[in-house]
Amino acid sequence: MTEIKASMAGSVWKLVANEGDQVSDGQDIAILESMKMEIPIPTETTGTVKELKVSEGDFVNEGDVIAIIE
Amino acid sequence: MPTNQTLEERAKKIAAGGGEKYHSKNAEKGKMFVRERLQLLFDEDIDVEDAFFANCQNESLPADGVVTGIGRINGEKVCVMANDSTVKAGSWGARTVEKIIRIQETALKLNLPMLYLVDSAGARITDQVEMFPNRRGAGRIFHNQIKLSGRVPQVCLLFGPSAAGGAYIPAFCDIVVMVDKNASMYLGSPRMAEKVIGEKVTLEEMGGANMHCSVSGCGDVLAKDESDAIAFARNYLSYFPQSYRELPKKTESRQPAPFEKSIEQLIPENQNAPFDMYQLIERLVDDASFCEIKKKFAPELITGLSRIEGRPVGIIANQPRAKGGVLFPDSADKAAKFIQLCDAFNIPLLFLADIPGFMIGTKVERAGIIRHGAKMLSAMSEATVPKISVIVRKAYGAGLYAMAGPAFEPDACLALPTAQIAVMGPEAAVNAVYANKIAALPEEDRPAFIKEKQEEYKENIDIYRLASEMIIDDIVQPNKLREELACRYDAYETKDVIFTERKHGVYPV
Repeated sequence: MTEIKASMAGSVWKLVANEGDQVSDGQDIAILESMKMEIPIPTETTGTVKELKVSEGDFVNEGDVIAIIE
Repeated sequence: MPTNQTLEERAKKIAAGGGEKYHSKNAEKGKMFVRERLQLLFDEDIDVEDAFFANCQNESLPADGVVTGIGRINGEKVCVMANDSTVKAGSWGARTVEKIIRIQETALKLNLPMLYLVDSAGARITDQVEMFPNRRGAGRIFHNQIKLSGRVPQVCLLFGPSAAGGAYIPAFCDIVVMVDKNASMYLGSPRMAEKVIGEKVTLEEMGGANMHCSVSGCGDVLAKDESDAIAFARNYLSYFPQSYRELPKKTESRQPAPFEKSIEQLIPENQNAPFDMYQLIERLVDDASFCEIKKKFAPELITGLSRIEGRPVGIIANQPRAKGGVLFPDSADKAAKFIQLCDAFNIPLLFLADIPGFMIGTKVERAGIIRHGAKMLSAMSEATVPKISVIVRKAYGAGLYAMAGPAFEPDACLALPTAQIAVMGPEAAVNAVYANKIAALPEEDRPAFIKEKQEEYKENIDIYRLASEMIIDDIVQPNKLREELACRYDAYETKDVIFTERKHGVYPV
């Protein structure tokens, strides 16, 4: 089980993976909006998206968990 | 040693290092014997070895646990000290320390790079009075390192532990290569941490190679094994002169391999969409010449050595793929050290700017982003090597300054045709200037108003306007950027500048 965390503070602009999806290392899970930029949040492991911990529009701080990959 | 032994017999014993069981223990961990490491490091073998017979009257301490001398890398002479971890775990006695000090003094006299192959448990407590507090004790090693810094390249290859005081050897080097799993650096061991402060932690977590190369930034390069680390060091030195008095050596130009997408096709039109800066770097530098430093640390800024038409160039590039390419305390710190490294050894600098600015918010303010940012600006500003700034897509706010903007005397500030330079981006600017007016408008009228003001703003910061005002020196066709850079570095080759007259600056560290 791996936690995918926000690399910086910002708001969740888009979730690009759904719970239950198969994802591979490097694939984007979510895109944050911060400093007027799109910030892709990729998974660092291959597996299944077990849980998405945030919704679109949420504010996340650096280090907050975005998704859990199994 | 028995007095009836011949010179050859004695030498053979010393060259074999410590006891057999220590050799096999090291082999199990994938660690080479110190003399094997040196054979791999040098073109052939060590040419000149110093104090081979140090402590030879004590049979259990061959060479007193360290090999020092001179050998050749890529045909060029370098000085080296290499711990022998088969001898009392590579620990330091009085003669170990004296040998290290002497080879450093040799490097200073001969103006040769100094390499530290570290694999040591630290001081021999039993010898402390002879090796710790005195004028030529271990402290002198660090004093010498600080004196050598910027005069000759100093490289640390960490094969095993570097504990307590010994952890400062890597800290004073230009670059630290750590072998994954085996290398570690810490002031207090996990056992000590548990005893003294009650913390339970593993060595890997607290001082492992992976941690230092990705979190603390004390390590620069994570090597998968010892051969990998040694190969890196040999390649790294090929970008450097022997000392600050010389220029780095040029090699034959190697065109980048052909790519499917041109630079123009690579860069997205939408300023806010991420793209991969590595792909731009690959298209600018000689084929396979990019030697990245601190790859795993603060990835929002890329730093590395490269060659453009055979000429060594240090690259500092924002990476929009990571954290939007925004500068953070760690990335500013990473940039500062890399810029100083290149400037010290006459390696020209290339800044590739695609930066929304420095990060804002509580977290970074508390981390002192202002002083870390100031550190990067100081290093960049002071650098007197040829420096070129390229605005790839955008340079907003202090981001423009940090990336060698026009005010910092770059030899040229170039822009690609789609570049934007401004205090802030159009979205933020319109928001800031017209916030009250937008709020007063009926909801349905707002998008059209915002769009109109953004367009006006974009016209105001139009890149041709900035070129007309001579703020930027040229607008370059993206696919011609490599040729443009090569011509300019060639043109600036004779640059000879002293930044200012003084003892030294008071650095915002």
